[in-house]
Amino acid sequence: MSRFLLLILLLVFTQTVRAQKPMARIEGGAFAPLFGTTNQLVTVASFFMDETPVTHAEFLDFVKTYPEWRRSTVLRLFADQNYLKTWESDTTLGKNLNPNAPITNVSWFAASAYAKSVGKRLPTTDEWEFVAMASRDNKDARKDSLFNVSILSWYETPNTFTQSIRRTEPNFWGVFDLYGLVWEWTEDFNSVLLTGESRGDVDSNNTLFCGGGAVGASDLMNYAAFMRFAFKGSLKAHFAVQNLGFRCVKSEKES
Amino acid sequence: MKIIHFILLSATFIILGTCQKKTESAFNINDYLIPQNEALPELSIFNLPADWVNQHGKAVKLADFRGKPTVMVMIYTSCQAACPRLTADMSLINKQIPEKLRAYTNFVFVSIDPLVDTPEKTTEHLKKYQLNGKEWHFLTGTEENTRQFSMILGVKYKQISPIDFSHSNTISLFDLNGNLVHQISGLNADNQELIAKLIELGKISKELN
Repeated sequence: MSRFLLLILLLVFTQTVRAQKPMARIEGGAFAPLFGTTNQLVTVASFFMDETPVTHAEFLDFVKTYPEWRRSTVLRLFADQNYLKTWESDTTLGKNLNPNAPITNVSWFAASAYAKSVGKRLPTTDEWEFVAMASRDNKDARKDSLFNVSILSWYETPNTFTQSIRRTEPNFWGVFDLYGLVWEWTEDFNSVLLTGESRGDVDSNNTLFCGGGAVGASDLMNYAAFMRFAFKGSLKAHFAVQNLGFRCVKSEKES
Repeated sequence: MKIIHFILLSATFIILGTCQKKTESAFNINDYLIPQNEALPELSIFNLPADWVNQHGKAVKLADFRGKPTVMVMIYTSCQAACPRLTADMSLINKQIPEKLRAYTNFVFVSIDPLVDTPEKTTEHLKKYQLNGKEWHFLTGTEENTRQFSMILGVKYKQISPIDFSHSNTISLFDLNGNLVHQISGLNADNQELIAKLIELGKISKELN
């Protein structure tokens, strides 16, 4: 009986560990994203964002509870052969993995399922970009050349995905590691109409092509964001990529 | 100088050659003769558990389409630009297969705009384009299901104003078990390869149904 109780307690405890990941409140606002509706402001409602990316340890807890997301059972429709490939087994990380490093090698489908399991969701690209334009002291540091240089210097640094979360200083909102460790899935990453078959898109976004793209962009300084959009445009939802992780958000009205 | 010309010329031919080279996907109908009562293949879209509502307001799952080849496209009814043409492209495929095979094929629209596209709207859309046969289906889901489904099809879309979406124009063909067989992209795109494959799949479908 006591063992049973212990099991229940353990279950409840692990659930809350995953669900009680600290979140930062993001005060909504309007901003001009890099591309899309040219020069039109996009409004983002207030929401909460995980302070840090989801870690290996947290994701391990998830697959223990949801066997259908284990490496050996996941459907290929939802995750390619690189899914969780650095783990030792279905439910062990192995000695060489840092449990506090961001989870990577997860598909969009798996990331979405994780978010749902904790009553959250993936951020929209607009939400992510809104938070990510903040430096330590400013909500919008996109015109700050030092800020841009620091982002770009991370983009040039290899293998940052093995480092622990909270490595970098928090930004204006108290959010860590938007830059510096891993790239992150967004709910609508595929809304970027930059495809190999852009010719097939009715109204493909001409502002996104190289060269000409930079001239048409809302913010000339934002070369780093071009890299993000180009990267996201190359992804498919079942890809599991070595330097691509995620974090979750929650709308304010739901909580 | 002549050498440079030669090199340039050969380079041009090589480039032209690669451009013109058709991607011949080896299509063997025997690959698609998988028993219908067995477990779904891992890559089948019929694995998606989501609930959808069709133009009659009836709840359906994608797995309900198992047993027939399925031609599918994502559109929204209030769209003025590409969707009428995509609808016409679907209708054209339907008209270009033998009449008897139409009943052994599913032609499915999936709404990109589930908040607006009610069964009334989707029924109206099918009527407007005279797509009256039983083979026509128009599904709406939740925003979440729609996004997930678009991920599977590789269809990209983004709401660009309260009434408009920017989206890719892709028509997909699935076999009887929900495996992707062929996709065409673009408006008025060449549909001959898709139709040829559909006719082959339709024949199996006719035998089985």
